[in-house]
Amino acid sequence: MFERITEPRARDGRAPDVFRPGAWMPMRCHADEEEVDFAIVGTGAGGGTLAAKLAEAGFSVVAFDAGPFWRPLEDFASDENAQGDLYWTDERITGGADPIQLGSNNSGKGVGGSTVHYAMVALRFRPEWFKARSKLGYARDWPLSFDELEPYYEEAEESLKISGPVHYPWGRRRRRYPRRAHPMNASALVLARGAERIGIPWSPVPLATLSAPRGMAHPCVYRGFCIYGCSTNAKQSVLVTFIPRAIRAGAEIRDQAMVGRIEMGKNGRATGLLYHRCGVWHRQKARHVVVAGYSIETPRLLLNSACAQFPNGLANDNGLVGTHLMIHSGPGVWGEMDEEIRSYKAPPSLAVTEHWNYHDEGKDFHGGYAFMSGGPLPGGWAHTLIGARGLWGMALRQEMTRFNRMAGLRIVGETEPKPHNRVELADETDQYGLRIPRVTFSFSDNDRRLMEHSIGSMRAVLEAAGARNLWSDRDSSHLLGSCRMGDDPEDSVTNADGRTWTIPNLWVCDGSLFPTSGGVNPSLTIQALACRIGDRIAAMAKRGELGR
Amino acid sequence: MNGFKTPYPDYDVLEKWDTPSWNPQTRAVVRRRLDQVPERRFLTEQEWQLLEAVAARVMPQPDRADPVPIVPWIDDTLAANRGPGYRYADMPPMREAWRQGLAGIAGEARERHGRNFGELPAEVQDALLGAIQRGETDGRHWGDLPAARFFSELLLKQIVAIYYAHPAAWNEIGFGGPASPRGYVRLGFDERDPWEAGVPDV
Repeated sequence: MFERITEPRARDGRAPDVFRPGAWMPMRCHADEEEVDFAIVGTGAGGGTLAAKLAEAGFSVVAFDAGPFWRPLEDFASDENAQGDLYWTDERITGGADPIQLGSNNSGKGVGGSTVHYAMVALRFRPEWFKARSKLGYARDWPLSFDELEPYYEEAEESLKISGPVHYPWGRRRRRYPRRAHPMNASALVLARGAERIGIPWSPVPLATLSAPRGMAHPCVYRGFCIYGCSTNAKQSVLVTFIPRAIRAGAEIRDQAMVGRIEMGKNGRATGLLYHRCGVWHRQKARHVVVAGYSIETPRLLLNSACAQFPNGLANDNGLVGTHLMIHSGPGVWGEMDEEIRSYKAPPSLAVTEHWNYHDEGKDFHGGYAFMSGGPLPGGWAHTLIGARGLWGMALRQEMTRFNRMAGLRIVGETEPKPHNRVELADETDQYGLRIPRVTFSFSDNDRRLMEHSIGSMRAVLEAAGARNLWSDRDSSHLLGSCRMGDDPEDSVTNADGRTWTIPNLWVCDGSLFPTSGGVNPSLTIQALACRIGDRIAAMAKRGELGR
Repeated sequence: MNGFKTPYPDYDVLEKWDTPSWNPQTRAVVRRRLDQVPERRFLTEQEWQLLEAVAARVMPQPDRADPVPIVPWIDDTLAANRGPGYRYADMPPMREAWRQGLAGIAGEARERHGRNFGELPAEVQDALLGAIQRGETDGRHWGDLPAARFFSELLLKQIVAIYYAHPAAWNEIGFGGPASPRGYVRLGFDERDPWEAGVPDV
């Protein structure tokens, strides 16, 4: 983006039309004092998806986002350095033995949330992961099964017109993906060649970017800037899918609106929330509040909403809010090819092997990992060379000239849920006067064994593909957990519907619900959960189980 | 290693300026980067000079009469206090970290060599920066700042992010640069579109 957007765009009865430059679509608006059915905090994979589901079910909905409401066609530049406003860059403190890189690595700000800058990887969890303790002997079970979520995976995939292969080699038999797979770039062909030579399956990655036109959106043009925002609308982010759906169904999206506090009534129910917009604090009344701010902002808001009745924060009687935060470990292996690769073209991750997600023999660790082909742009690649090899000076400048011959693989690796990996409040406050989050993370011994194993696997594939001078780096991706769902009120923050155990009209709907992390990108599972929660809420309302 | 050779001597990404690879908002962003290099607003004159000397070693450009500007953009980030969205628990806020880090480099140079960093020969500057990268520093000059973390996480990362956002840097590594709305068609091994850098000189 050329200029920073600081003023709200979605107001006075209209919202940006993301498909046409400068255009608007009508939007139903609510007054603060009007008690709406649902106030949703966050408009990403969880909140944006749920806003559409609830509005389509007939509820009145206002969804808040702290960031701007983009029009990608006119706002997004093809540039690594100019798209920084896509990310959550308010101050956060990161510590522990293995501090997590936040910001652009995993945190979005703006309508559509992190799906505006995600890499579009749309994989389902391995069915057994929902019962990891019972079936695989580690971590814990989810309060729902793959069978319960399977129709919602289908719904999410259909809603996003996922492009994927005719036959995906792993997981339960499934229907064909809605759209054909994208062609493989050279980086993906390196993975394919290596996997075939060592005898493991590989597949085109099912991706949330169009391989055929959809309405006003064109197919992907393979420009390669996906993680800096898609300027052609091929990417099926929540911003261009569920958000227009939500608005058409009557939901209001309130952009540039930072929610600072959930307000409680004397009867133990939430009454609405306080939010900051255009320099002023406002109070929105609501019958239900859904928190969908992802694994850091969700617990932060619950903790910052502490009051006399709930001195430890909301839904936190058992002290679990903020705990069991997980990431995906992301070591990578890189090497130089004889062929030109030019992996700056096309989505960064086009080929995958989930072999070590589904094949447990010979592992000296619990859990799994997938790895995919990589496609860094120059700035990102230079950061990899700094981080892994400490290069600078003329050595870095000369090494960078090999950019077009480099190929690499990176895992999405499961980490264990541990109570000491968590989000807490620091004493320092932000520009709104709200206490900022302090995030603590350390890998477990099991996490480290998984990473070592994966480096061996990636080396084997890259070597077999003909890469030379291999080296590895360390990275991470995604956030998961911190307000986990469960069957036992003593041992979880919400039930399987995302409804908090202690406050019946307070819900969570985002990646912080995950009890375990699995070895695939989380967005599709978050969206499947949101679709299910939407249906569950509508069903409970019909039965009169939502309370007032 | 003092020489530098690019495999793409004839490639100029700016030749695509008026093609479908560059949309108006990207032109505006890159135009500002090329033409509107910001004035000093945050760093002191001494800090600025020191950082110029450091950046000249981290990203040496002896081959260029007109080097890619780096320090003005770091100063711009600091003036706007535009951070990456996190800071390490053992680090002070971004602006203080830069102030302390630059003071650390200056103090380290005077302590070891009795001169300002900018007056040292290039090899000595490189050796000093290498020591800082490895954390082999005299704690007295750094306050509570972890020198190695400052060097790798703030100094190096910022300098290279700015350098590799410049069209001149895209040219020397053969990067396609901005690519919207046209994108690319030929994606496979050794395949390139006519609007990409040609075959590299090896």
